[in-house]
Amino acid sequence: MVAQAEEVIQHRSKLLAYIARWLLTTNHKDIGTLYLCLSFTLFFIAGAMAMVIRLELFQPGIQFAEPQFYNQMVTMHGLLMVFGVVMPGFVGLANWQIPLMIGAPDMALPRLNNFSFWILPFAFGLLLSTLFMEGGAPNFGWTFYAPLSTTYGPPSTDFFILGIHMMGISSVLGAINIIVTIFNLRTPGMTLMKMPLFVWTWLITAFLLIMVMPVLAGLVTMMLTDRHFGTSFFSAAGGGDPVMFQHIFWFFGHPEVYILILPGFGIASQIIPTFARKRLFGYHSMVYATLAIAILSFVVWGHHMFTTGMPVTGQLFFMYSTMLIAVPTGVKVFNWVATMWRGSMTFETPMLFTLGFVILFTIGGFSGLMLALVPADFQYHDTFFVVAHFHYVLYPGAIFGIMAAVYYWLPKWTGHMYDERLGKIHFWTAVIAVNLTFFPMHFSGLAGMPRRIVDYSLQFTDFNMVSSIGAGLLGLTQILFLYIVIKTIRGGEKASARVWEGADGLEWTVPSPAPHHTFEVPPPFPPMMEDNERTPLNE
Amino acid sequence: MTETHNNQRKQFILLLSLAVGMFGFAYAMVPLHPVFCEVTGLNGRSSMGAADPIAISQVAPSDREVTIQFLANVSHGMPWEFRPTVQQLRVRLGEMYATDYYVRNRATQAVTGQAVPSVAPGYAAKYLHKVECFCFTQQHLDSGEDQHMPVRFYISNDLPEEVQTLTLSYTLFKVPAAQTMRLASSKL
Repeated sequence: MVAQAEEVIQHRSKLLAYIARWLLTTNHKDIGTLYLCLSFTLFFIAGAMAMVIRLELFQPGIQFAEPQFYNQMVTMHGLLMVFGVVMPGFVGLANWQIPLMIGAPDMALPRLNNFSFWILPFAFGLLLSTLFMEGGAPNFGWTFYAPLSTTYGPPSTDFFILGIHMMGISSVLGAINIIVTIFNLRTPGMTLMKMPLFVWTWLITAFLLIMVMPVLAGLVTMMLTDRHFGTSFFSAAGGGDPVMFQHIFWFFGHPEVYILILPGFGIASQIIPTFARKRLFGYHSMVYATLAIAILSFVVWGHHMFTTGMPVTGQLFFMYSTMLIAVPTGVKVFNWVATMWRGSMTFETPMLFTLGFVILFTIGGFSGLMLALVPADFQYHDTFFVVAHFHYVLYPGAIFGIMAAVYYWLPKWTGHMYDERLGKIHFWTAVIAVNLTFFPMHFSGLAGMPRRIVDYSLQFTDFNMVSSIGAGLLGLTQILFLYIVIKTIRGGEKASARVWEGADGLEWTVPSPAPHHTFEVPPPFPPMMEDNERTPLNE
Repeated sequence: MTETHNNQRKQFILLLSLAVGMFGFAYAMVPLHPVFCEVTGLNGRSSMGAADPIAISQVAPSDREVTIQFLANVSHGMPWEFRPTVQQLRVRLGEMYATDYYVRNRATQAVTGQAVPSVAPGYAAKYLHKVECFCFTQQHLDSGEDQHMPVRFYISNDLPEEVQTLTLSYTLFKVPAAQTMRLASSKL
């Protein structure tokens, strides 16, 4: 009896200890893992919503989803993918890698770090709970334009507002933590211009987050008071202006899309030199190009609003400033290509995903240039062409970036090599499925198929069938990804400290898997790599 | 070590105040946006205040004539009949004109309404001057009551050449009872 009771107590205290380990942890590696797990979970939930959308669009007419439900799926898919998948995914990578890459023992504000993470499950729990509420989940699109979201929004809109507030607080605190860490905890000798590019892009992203997330918070607060406290910020009846909603939203929204891609640029700039076995071409220009993109992102928001009746001077300003962004972005793409030029390249999975990123992101960039042209935009606005554009920059951009990073650093995190054969299968099916899904959307959009509508005209049927088949394949592929990750966590070939022959940087000087505590003493910089005959990255 | 901690605390506070400042910036857009729109005439936003009637006496009417069209809309949930008595006018620039809108409360109870003007093309808004307009104040109609509401306006001489037709559109909004009371008490 006593022994049994003791066993129960012991078991219970073990469980409690396990919960406490993850709930109370201040370790950057633990918190990074938590972020990545959350991101991965929401990726499947938001992906399932995409499956509902594509299933409904497989044929014209209304088959599976009522219009109201379809609108909810479109809204929640967008919100979750942007705020729940890509952003936490990148923050998770930052938590794991930034301290390892700059030789810091941990993040500068570890308890704040714990707090930033643990807000998120509640924020997204709140957002997801709206699906089960009377009146349904938010159904006004992820851009939640007023008055659709204020006067006509379902009751659950208030939960959405609170959710946005919570995840905004989390993002701002996380971003502050990253900046303070980078400014204070670099190992002696690592000046700002010697930081790895992933760290640089995250530093700039963190500043963008601090500048625009509070604007979003202000916006949803105005919505809340418009809905319940008799203000009329966005209601013309009381002297407000619904167009102002769009201005404030896109002042947040445009820097936000760079928040979703800049860390991806950083990841590509880490991986390409490793597998080309050459130093990154044009390190300084990479840093300045990232800065230029970030600064320009604050003055181009009007290109989302060309059709609101903007005067010609405004249209010209936003058109030219938008096209200007192609210059620093082009600098980056050419630098990546120049890094590969005459390199001795190998094509392991992280490199494949990065190459897919560079090529397909560039296609998305080009369709962005087309959308920047005012006269053309009048035709493309609110069609599937826009859907094709932003999925090309977000899926093969942000998501491929995160996947490349996971394959690249997974051996460092788990101590095991992933299954290279399965990784390659994952890449090739993903890259085929992405193009099958999103490329036809260019054509249906140009032919005039409007976005965000449950039904469509018969002439778009073929394109939509192809897209839906591609989407199904794309969904299945991610189950393979989940399998690969779990398999690698559970075992596999032992990874060496350096993992990749051409890898460079402080994170490769610690053993694999990275011990719970690293760099309690600042490491020497430039790092002494094992069997290293080459010059370090930044000499 | 303590120096690093002081640095960190200082940076944390600075960055947090940047975030708080950007929250305020969103609210700063609220007064700035209408001012910007009114000054530049963007967004078709037309002045809610009366133009100076004396200004007109100092300009000589020009020979140029343009068409002005009148539109009336009622917003969702507003139980009023609302239409212009004249659909359109040929007007000479620099001359004062008067027209009116007919309105009737079809509801069984009294309702307060507010009309909000808008001008198309947007950049012509600043050339259309309303000397008298029902949109300057709220309108209160008892059940079944109707009335003619006057508009007096002129278009200034410097209206850009390419504008041949202007549209003056009003949307009538229902003023919630709570706001009517608050406005009434603030007037006292």
